[in-house]
Amino acid sequence: MGAARATATLKDATAIAGIGQTPFAKRLPESEKTLACRAILAALDDAGIAPSEVDAFASYTMEETDEVEIAKAIGAGDVTFFGKVGYGGGGSCATVAHLAAAIATGQASVGVAWRSRKRGSGPRPWTNTRVQLPTPAQWTRPYGLLRPADEIGLLARRYMHEYGATRDHFFNVALACRNRANQNPAAMMYDRPLTREMYMTARWISEPLCLFDNCLETDGALACVLVSAERARDCRHRPVYVHSAAQGLPAQHHGMVNYWNDDPLTGPSWTAARRLWKTADFGPQDVDVAQIYDAFTPLIPLSLEGYGFCARGEGAAFTEGGALEIGGRLPLNTGGGGLSEAYVHGFNLITEGVRQLRGTGTAQVPGATTCLVTAGEGVPTSALLLRS
Amino acid sequence: MTQTETTTAASGGGERADGLLAPVPDDDGAPFFAYAARGELRVQCCAGCGEPRFPPRPCCPHCQSFESLWKKLSGRGRIWSYVLPHPPLLPAYAAQAPYNVVLVELADAPRIRLVGNLVAAADAALNSVPPERIRIGAPVKAAFHETDGGLTVVRWLLERP
Repeated sequence: MGAARATATLKDATAIAGIGQTPFAKRLPESEKTLACRAILAALDDAGIAPSEVDAFASYTMEETDEVEIAKAIGAGDVTFFGKVGYGGGGSCATVAHLAAAIATGQASVGVAWRSRKRGSGPRPWTNTRVQLPTPAQWTRPYGLLRPADEIGLLARRYMHEYGATRDHFFNVALACRNRANQNPAAMMYDRPLTREMYMTARWISEPLCLFDNCLETDGALACVLVSAERARDCRHRPVYVHSAAQGLPAQHHGMVNYWNDDPLTGPSWTAARRLWKTADFGPQDVDVAQIYDAFTPLIPLSLEGYGFCARGEGAAFTEGGALEIGGRLPLNTGGGGLSEAYVHGFNLITEGVRQLRGTGTAQVPGATTCLVTAGEGVPTSALLLRS
Repeated sequence: MTQTETTTAASGGGERADGLLAPVPDDDGAPFFAYAARGELRVQCCAGCGEPRFPPRPCCPHCQSFESLWKKLSGRGRIWSYVLPHPPLLPAYAAQAPYNVVLVELADAPRIRLVGNLVAAADAALNSVPPERIRIGAPVKAAFHETDGGLTVVRWLLERP
């Protein structure tokens, strides 16, 4: 009857058993490799699992450290699964999804996913834009569309035009993240409150986006440890189950410049969301807390629509009335997110999701049992539904 | 020869004397720039089913034909969106900031949107149109600007300046 057996399902088959991180700062003295090792060893310690038991690694592109060096440095055993997901910030959640698939299908038993980054003290990636010119960037860079902020700015302007979104809506997003960072001692913006006046008078980066619409440049590293659900129940903390996972690369998608898609305002989140909810036992209305990739504020309304929290065109209005604050309809980025905790390509959203479901968030949503975590919208993306 | 060209492009061949970046066309995109040099805006279309596609690529996503042709368009379009970048930027761009970058939806192929600059004249500066003149939906027409390196890029002029 083996042939008739149901396909292996990811649903709740694996759990995040450990999380770890280094400090976040504009400038850290240690190398990315050292920071990665510190975060990974902290995550393993958090889980109560020995480094020698690690047999799987997952990372995502723009990661400068690799599993060969990391495995050697931390003292991993024989590694039987490893992979790197493409598209930078779009791959954060997919690392966990790939480890979950490997563990659920018996290819590995203890998986580590990580991100180490020195964006705070290193060069901005877009200053190296010349080497990209023979790629699709030949159609954008020469005209001065140089940075991710410029690319998302074009989408934001159109979104404002089509749906009446205003800068106040983007401010709602920036403020919710900043308010949560003000409660999180690990956040880079812990002691730096934001006001509407500061936002409205801030310098432009790419009109219509100002300084506070952009994420932070950060040095730091994070990691998480994934094991089977069964094993997780014997670990140090309450297991946080991987309930559903998905990636999304829409038809005719073109990376950051999705303007060549038929409908640029329905981005990769829409594709990931369809798969994510299809294999879940609950829907958007049942999500207690959301960690949504916030490299730029306009990604939040776009993602709220994509993941089904509201209808198309209603994402900006959704942010009104404190909806994204603690006690609101959908508490958002409760550690401060990329906008105000640290921008480490979204990995801090995963670890914060775990803390919320353990009940240990610095801005804890009372009784939270379900959490959506997403990766970069605007590039081929990924998302996770976590539950306790 | 190809080896040398690739190396040059990767190490900074796309930078013009004025410091702005020039496109480094790949094999699929080269005809676009060859036609632009003749003052023509053309886009790649499938020779089988006729569907236009952008950016140029080897085969048709609708019928999978590898045969393509370059259809001449009217050069007219509308502004779909725009941004005004401010520093930090690459130095040559910072010198003209804030300038505009527009996304133009082509009148004859509405699902093709070209990134470009709205300028007062084909050879004018990137910031030659005051920001208050720029609006979504404004009709524009193509103009052709020969860069320092000899490569011609498409720019955009307001139909009603």
